[in-house]
Amino acid sequence: MSAAIQCRDLRKTYDGKVEAVRGLNLEIQAGECFGLLGPNGAGKTTTIEILEGLLEPTAGQVTILGRNWQTHQRELRELLGISLQETRLTEKLTVRETLDLFASFYRQPRSSDEVLEELQLTEKADARVGKLSGGQRQRLAVATSLVGNPRILFLDEPTTGLDPQSRRQLWDIIRVFQKAGGTVLLTTHYMDEAERLCDRLAIIDQGQVIAEGSPADLIDRLGGHHVVEFSARGGSDPAALETWRALPGVESVRHDDDLISLTVHEPHLTIPALLDAVTQQGSQLLHLTTRQASLEDVFVGMTGRHLREQ
Amino acid sequence: MMPATRRNGRWSGYKQLLLARLRELQREPEVIFWVFVFPLLLALGLGIAFRNKPADATPIAIISGPGAQATLALLERSPQNSLIHAEVVERPQAMQGFRLGKYDLVVEADQKGSVQYRYDPARPESVLSRAQVDAALQSAAGRKDVIPTTEVTASEPGSRYIDFLVPGMLGMNTMNAAMWGIGFALVEMRQRKLLKRFVGTPMRRTDFLLALMSSRLILMVIEVGLLLGFGALVFHMRILGSPFTIVLIGAMGAISFGGIGLLTASRAQKIESVSGLMNLVMMPMWIFSGVFFSYQRFPAVVQPLIKLLPLTALNDALRDTILQGASLASQSGRILVLLVWGGVTFLLALRWFRWT
Repeated sequence: MSAAIQCRDLRKTYDGKVEAVRGLNLEIQAGECFGLLGPNGAGKTTTIEILEGLLEPTAGQVTILGRNWQTHQRELRELLGISLQETRLTEKLTVRETLDLFASFYRQPRSSDEVLEELQLTEKADARVGKLSGGQRQRLAVATSLVGNPRILFLDEPTTGLDPQSRRQLWDIIRVFQKAGGTVLLTTHYMDEAERLCDRLAIIDQGQVIAEGSPADLIDRLGGHHVVEFSARGGSDPAALETWRALPGVESVRHDDDLISLTVHEPHLTIPALLDAVTQQGSQLLHLTTRQASLEDVFVGMTGRHLREQ
Repeated sequence: MMPATRRNGRWSGYKQLLLARLRELQREPEVIFWVFVFPLLLALGLGIAFRNKPADATPIAIISGPGAQATLALLERSPQNSLIHAEVVERPQAMQGFRLGKYDLVVEADQKGSVQYRYDPARPESVLSRAQVDAALQSAAGRKDVIPTTEVTASEPGSRYIDFLVPGMLGMNTMNAAMWGIGFALVEMRQRKLLKRFVGTPMRRTDFLLALMSSRLILMVIEVGLLLGFGALVFHMRILGSPFTIVLIGAMGAISFGGIGLLTASRAQKIESVSGLMNLVMMPMWIFSGVFFSYQRFPAVVQPLIKLLPLTALNDALRDTILQGASLASQSGRILVLLVWGGVTFLLALRWFRWT
């Protein structure tokens, strides 16, 4: 497979001061759904807007489908569909009029009816944009990028602020596009979205890629697939932390105030040992849960911060 | 990829952009009001307030005293009787009335028949009143005019205030509509990130600006028709120029102000900041460009500068064509002023314009 999107040593400095992107490399294959995952302010939007040709990078190279923005701007625009983080479409126009307007910019657009059908907007075709729900508006925003019959779809935070049902509907739309051979690049700060939707991910923090791979790869790299979380009296004392680290099957130990998180291979070995250790210390277990490790754990493990905190 | 089902021609983007703009305007009731109804109401109000009516009788006070009744009798006998409304009142009342503008003149006559006029040389109606009353008294008392005179009065359509006003309103409206319609709309779309979304498509940027301009031109033609039709119907205005010439000059004005509007809105990120800028740009023209009163009232030194303002050029050209039937060729200087403003601002706007 050939690379659909490539960028090397991408840098963007605003006003000569704020470094939003600091030497970022990406290679996204055709037919892939690739996610940029990171907290707010990590540089995701700056990165995607540079790739979309809407922002000039301070330094670095961008190649999209073998072309670059300096020489093939118009041609590339025909091949890409983009959806910005926030666009307020004209409220007085109807859904169909909006779609027809966007279709008119492309040499060979798809039929508006077909796109409306695919995005479950047929019923709303003659409704004014101002009357749509949040989920419907977001689907229309994606529809305006699909109507040009693009080969690559760029989506910046496509499901932020949507209810669970609307999010799933959008995920389905993205999968349909991908199945038809399209390439998708999206940004998100929802780890569940990244895990379910993306073939590969780059975790972005402070303008750099800090990890890259499939969601399963990234979780593997964490060491354990399970997380045991508990709190106990005196559980975060330095001596106690040493005890937890020495328990069988423990890969790593983290603590947030009194909540201790252990990344483990085999919870069935770790948990009984943990209970014994707590009893031996004369302490008491206040809380205990176990769960599958997630991308959130990967992010916290690498940066010591949570995705949603910032 | 899905198979493409249609092919778009060169102008499909322009057509859809124009259509979208017109739909949007048509669905905005307040736009219809401000663009079409408000100017008509304003013209109606001003036209009525300043309509030509027979000259009012000048109100004067005669201070009650020994000669008052004789003076009043003289005035009533005089040929100018209908133009003078005299009252005999006590001195304090007369003085207060004069101060408040209730009387234009205070007359005081003594027993011997000599008369004193108290008038304000700074008030034109007061000066006029003095002359009228004096003429009335003198002729009633038997003065003979040495030079025989005859009089012809002229009050034709074309020389009234409403005739002056309607072309000025057309010019001002063209300016307001083009500045707001283009500048405001652009900043609003920039704020909504719609401009940024548009440049993320293969849309031709010139098509976008062209469509915005065209929508203004279409509205302008309707507006010119409405205002002139209104003037002709309600105030019996005589429109001497050809409709084609008038519309063409209006179009030049719209293009000129379109460019200025584009430049004003080329960078602003917020509606509030562009509103201030717009008013700053338009304010001098509201005052100096002869919309409601002639700019001849300003000192002669600034006249050449006033004539270089685009609204002055537009108003003058509209007045000459509408009221005097001037030809397009005779207005070439003013059209040049309009096109230079439009062209220069358009080029600067293209250089500075921010789509994001």
